[in-house]
This record gives sequence, C-alpha cells and structure tokens, in this order.
Amino acid sequence: MGIAETYSRGRALAIERPFALVLGVIAAVLLGDLLLGLATGQTQFADIGTLVWDGLMRGLVIGLAGIGLSMTYSILNFANFAHGDYITAGAFSGWATTYLIAGLSRADIGALLLVGAGGSVYGGSLGIGMLSTPLAVVAGIVVAGGFAIALSLGVDRFIFRPVRNEDGITLLITSIGVAFALRYMMQFVFGSDVRGTTAQPPSVGLYFVDGTVFIDAHDITLLVIASGLMIGVHLLLQRTKLGKAMRAMADNKDLALITGIPTERVVRSTWIIGGGLTGIAGYMFVLWKGTLGFNDGWLLLLLIFAAVILGGIGSIYGAITGGLVIGLTASMSVLWIPSAFARAAAFVVMIVILLVKPSGLFSGRSTA
Amino acid sequence: MSVKEDITARVPGGDTGLIVLVLASAYLLYLLAGIGLGYDLRGQLNSIATLTFYIGVFAMLSLALNLHWGYTGLFNIGIVGFMAVGVYVMALVSKPLYVAGGAAQVGGLGLPLWVGILAGMLAAAILGFVVALPALRLRADYLAIVTIAMSEIVRFSFLSGDLQAFSLMGTRVGFGGGSGLILDFTPPLEALFQAFGLWGVYNGLVDAFRAIVPTNPKPVVDGLIYGLLLLGFVVAFYWLLKRTGESPFGRVLKAIREDEDVANALGKNTDGFKIKSFMLGCALMGLAGILWLMPQGAVTPNFFRPRVTFFVWIALIIGGAGSNTGSVLGGAVFAAVLYQGPRYFQNLVSTVFPNLDSPSGFGQAISPLISSFDPVPFLLYTIDSIRQLQLVVMGLVLIWLMHNRPEGLLGHRKETASVIPLSRPKSMVAADGGADESVRTDGGVDEGDSTVDRESNGGVDDE
Repeated sequence: MGIAETYSRGRALAIERPFALVLGVIAAVLLGDLLLGLATGQTQFADIGTLVWDGLMRGLVIGLAGIGLSMTYSILNFANFAHGDYITAGAFSGWATTYLIAGLSRADIGALLLVGAGGSVYGGSLGIGMLSTPLAVVAGIVVAGGFAIALSLGVDRFIFRPVRNEDGITLLITSIGVAFALRYMMQFVFGSDVRGTTAQPPSVGLYFVDGTVFIDAHDITLLVIASGLMIGVHLLLQRTKLGKAMRAMADNKDLALITGIPTERVVRSTWIIGGGLTGIAGYMFVLWKGTLGFNDGWLLLLLIFAAVILGGIGSIYGAITGGLVIGLTASMSVLWIPSAFARAAAFVVMIVILLVKPSGLFSGRSTA
Repeated sequence: MSVKEDITARVPGGDTGLIVLVLASAYLLYLLAGIGLGYDLRGQLNSIATLTFYIGVFAMLSLALNLHWGYTGLFNIGIVGFMAVGVYVMALVSKPLYVAGGAAQVGGLGLPLWVGILAGMLAAAILGFVVALPALRLRADYLAIVTIAMSEIVRFSFLSGDLQAFSLMGTRVGFGGGSGLILDFTPPLEALFQAFGLWGVYNGLVDAFRAIVPTNPKPVVDGLIYGLLLLGFVVAFYWLLKRTGESPFGRVLKAIREDEDVANALGKNTDGFKIKSFMLGCALMGLAGILWLMPQGAVTPNFFRPRVTFFVWIALIIGGAGSNTGSVLGGAVFAAVLYQGPRYFQNLVSTVFPNLDSPSGFGQAISPLISSFDPVPFLLYTIDSIRQLQLVVMGLVLIWLMHNRPEGLLGHRKETASVIPLSRPKSMVAADGGADESVRTDGGVDEGDSTVDRESNGGVDDE
C-alpha cells in the first residue's frame, strides 16, 4: 500500500465523515493529556486502576439491567420508562428480605420490612454483607428477582397489554405514568431518605504499578453474579427455541404470529427474563454502592438508556458492551472534568454514537 | 360521533365557551372550598391568585409543548431543562452587580429585566438547537431520551459547585449551586409598571384596595395582578401559536407530523422546519419558566426535577395534543384539579379536624391497621403525604387517559387545509335535514369553532 493511496483514503475519510475525524482528534487530545499527566506524575496509575475497576462494576450493573430494557424495547417496540422503577422495586423488595433475615430477633419486624425507614434500623449495625450474612444476601437476590418478575408481569397484564397494538409513543407515555405511580408509591411506603444498607465489606489491596487498588467482597459478588447471569442469558437465547422466537418477533410480529409462534407467551418470557435480571441488578447495585433511595433506579435508567442505544437496541451483547462503555465513561471522565459532570459525559458519549452510528455498535441484531 | 364533539356541541360558544365554563367552575369550587376552610376575604383573594397563577403557567407550558408535540410531532420530555436554563440565564443577566457582604452570594450583570428575559429565552432556544441537532434526524423515542437526559444534565450542572460562582466581565456572577440563587432584581411587577410610568397608578390601586383588605394589601394585589398578567401571556401564547399553526410554516409542521417522508418529497427541508419549531417552543418554555419563578424570590436547581415535565405532559394530554384550546383547557383542569386540588383537600381536612398528629412514617401508620384494624393512623398518614400520592394519582390518570382517551378532551379534531370553509351553508344543511353528521365527519368546521386542529384525514397518526 503506497503513501499516495493512504493519503487519498485519509482525504476521502475527512470529506465523508468529518464527525469521525473530529472525534478522533478529540480522543487523541484526551489521551495525550492523560499520558502527559502520567508522565509528569500528576496522575497515578493506581488512580486510573481504581477508576477503571469502579467503572467496570458500574458497567456490569448497567449492562445487567440493560438486557431487560433492550429486550422489551425490540420485542414490544417501545422505550419503557418504568424500567428504572422496576430496578428500585426489586432493590426494595430484596433488601426488605435481607434486613428481615439478617435482623430477625434483633429489631422490630416492621422497621426491618421497611428497610429501616426513618432511621429505625441501620444496615451497618445489622452487619449486612456478603461474607457476614450470606444467607440473607442470597435470599434477597432471589426475592428481588422474583418480585421484579411479578411486578413486570402484573404491569404488563393490566397496563401495557390493553394498548399493545398502539404505536410506541402511546406505550412510552403509558410507561411514564407507570414510572411515576411506582416511584412515588415507593416513596409513600419507604420514605424519601437515602439509607445506608451494608456494613463495610472486607477488601483486598492489589498492588498496581505505583499504588494500591482496593477490591472488596461486594465487588467480587457483583462480578460473579452479573457475569454468571449474562452467560446464562446468552445460553438461553442461543440454545433454546425461545431465543429464535424472540428474534422472529422482534423482526416482524405479525409474521411470527402466523408462523405459529405463541407471541403472547414469548412476550411473557421476555418480561420474566428481563424483569428478573432487572430486579437482581437493582439489588446488586445497592449491595455494591451500599446506599438505597427511592430515586436510585430512575437516575440509573438514563445511563441504561444510553447504554442500550449505544449498543444497539435489541442486542443483549450490545446492552452489555454499552453498559461497560457507559460505566467506564462515567467513572473515568473525572480524570478530565469535574465529577459533577460525570453523568453528562456518559450522555455525551451516547449522543456522539447517535451522530456517528445511529443504529448502535451492534446494529442489525435483534435479541442475542 | 364521540363524546368530545358532544362536549363542545353542548356548550354555548364552542371552545371558548368551554374554557370559560371550566374556569368559572374551577373558581367557584375554590371559593366554596375557601368558605369551607373559613377563609376571610384576604384568604379567598389569595387562593384565587394562586389558582390563577398555576392555571397560567401550566396553560403556557402546555401551549408551548403543543407546538412541539401537537403540531410537529417532536417528543420533548425535557421541558424542565429549558425552563431551568431560561430562569438561570435571566437571573445571570438581570441580577444586580455583586456587592461584598450583601445577602446574595453572587451577583449578576445588572442589566434591565427585559434584557434578562430575552437572554433567557434565547439561551433556551440555543439549548434546544443543540439538543435537536443530533436527535431530530432519528426516531421519536431517541429525541425523548436525549431531551430528558439533557434536562437532568442541566439540573446536575446547576447543582454542581463548579458553576456556583465565577467571574464574567470582571464581576462575580454564578448560579449558586445546590443552595440556590436569590433573585434579588426589581420585582417584576414594579419593573413592568415603572417601565410604562404607571408605578404611581399601581400604588394608588394598592391604596384603594385598603377598603377591602385593610392591612398590608400589597401582596394580595401583587398576586392578583400577576395572575392577570399571566393570563395575558396565555392569550399571547395562544395567539402566537394559532398564527404559527395557520401560517404556511405551520402547515408544513403539520405535514411533518402526519408524514415526514411526504413533506420531504414535496421539497420541504423538514429538518430545518423541525429545528425552527423546536427552538421556538423551547424559547416559549424558557419564558414560561421565567414567569413561573420570577416572583418567587429564589430558585434552587432541585425545583427542576423531571416531575414538572410530567405535569406539563399530563396537562397537554388531558386537553388533547394538537389543539391550542385543548392545551389551555388541559392546563386549567390540571392546575385546578390535579395540582392544587389535593393540597386544598389536605388543608380542608386539617381545618375540619385540627390537632391531628399524623404518624411520621408508613410503619407507624400501617401497624395499628394490621394489629387492631384501626384505619385512622393510616388515613392520617395518607393525607399527610398527599404530595407524593398526588404524583401516584397523576401517573394513574395518565395511564387511564392513554387507555381510554388518548386524544384528550379536544384533540384529534378535523381540520381543513382549504382556506374557504368547506362545510355546507346553514340553509343547505337545514334543507336536507340529518345530513350534517356526515358533513362534519368529512372535515366540516363548526361555526365559531375557531381552533380546529388535525388534518382532515386526522386518523392517520392513530396507527
């Protein structure tokens, strides 16, 4: 390949895709800034290591919760704004269980079931953690998944199904109604305070170039459970007929119906898989960050949307990859900008992807 | 023939009559509630002023949203972000210069109020441009996600300490961060009347009011006059949007809403039209935000939570997307029934039963119900937390509307593209009796029905 050819290809790129070129330049500047910081000792490798690890954890939560959103987005063809509140509902149900099991005989049952509303019980004083109270945590995970499944099936049966044949925007507006009703119902029951839920988990410090990166037990729990569930969903959708039926439905619902695919049953399976993953993601998110408030799911939802659009709607690999990219962006952006704008940076990445590749990174694939 | 046509048909005066009827019954209801609460005249006037204020702001906001969603089909759920930018930029421009040791932590540029208002609207429009640029070319739900993300970014930015105070043109300015921003410019009414040299007249009016409200009548008069001013703005918004909708520009917007590809094929630069309409709507939202918060004395970023956007959407959907009259009506119904209603109910209950101490949490509220079937604490807690439950009710109302009445009270009506009325002359209708039904469904326009929306094949976007 000659120099002239490379040059002309470069020129063609600059003319056809000016955005990509500008982005390349910006990325190079940011990287240069980072390398300069590392070289002059202003930024430490260990700091970067900590941020990457933090972003990875955040990305796993976003990816796990994003799978459900991506599946319903492509199969039912609407952006479900109630998804964030399924996360919160799963988290509250799971944590009520965990509190109940961990604190039984030590505190008032009502206070435990309300996850210590109004500061009546503290998760830290109950010593909740993966290693200290494993049974309570596992039971909480199961209940969180189960409750989110029940909730999403119930909402689908009574609220989404009657308008299923309307356009996506009607369903979207309906889901906003569901979101607000759920969110403020949870505030009514559990109160508006953000409570600490876990005791400080034990952690190990790993030496990394010029410092230490701490990894605690809840990070490992999140890593194991999230990757386990992701692999499970992958196998489920690849090896069973359900995955094929879902792809067929995402492609053309009417065609799927006349081919003999029981579409309502596929929709139900979609909600079961998506709802379960969402509930568990909510629980794990709270376990990992150690606090729980009624707004958590909603704030996470915007990042999840960013991840799903980034990955390409309908692709679960896209949701996972998008989640990791968004998580890493939100965490690592503090290297360049004030931390208050970390969330904004994640959205900027989403908007950039919309500009450059509107169909997402894993475009053209629907569900697995 | 559906219910909506029955409603307007039954009310004398058509849509205008309907609006007047709804407003009159809302005010009557509030006056009755005021009597129930034992308000004196001052209290009644204040309650009327508050109601007028909220009717005004919600009507303005749903009119602006109607330009986006009802006319152009742009799904904007970041309304509150444009309001926030409008207010904050207005404050930045119009707040007096920083004085060390004053109550305000930061100053502004000290320019007149009207400059600030224009700057705020301009800033909201520019933000709209920036948001619309990447998202408009894509699917409607992408615009939804981008706009709501934008509104949260705006809120987090104003919350952040980095924009709390900075230096601009040599003076200390800023957005105040999480602790809020004191709006210490000249009160808007004073600025308005002084600009026209009528401040003395206004003070005379306040003095004259002493006959009705003997002590300190100024806040009462301020509230009432500001409410009237807002209604004036509603009329102005209405006029502007009606003119826009009926202009060639507006016709292209409606064509885009119905089928963008067709509009494109006819040689219209649909992206350009969409961006212009979006920016105009955003500027109006900025203005509505300014008018909402200008008299409040202070502003905090957490006022601009997505729930305000949700309020405006409910108002628009109640009234009917696509109809300006419906937007005003929806704003009024929302403000009177869903927004202020529950708070009044709460006041009413606490007046009828004073000395009630409601439980502080759900636990204390529910445990007597379970242990001894005593529902009183639970009811008390319910009434005490009515501001949260209000949002639950709104959510359910929205779901109900989408299930049963997605077109709202006045939406989805037929509209003729023709300049001359296509309905048969009255004499002809009278001549062949019952045929008027079919004429109307064919796109006929009622006499005196000045706001008719939706194309004559308005069913297209149902699919």
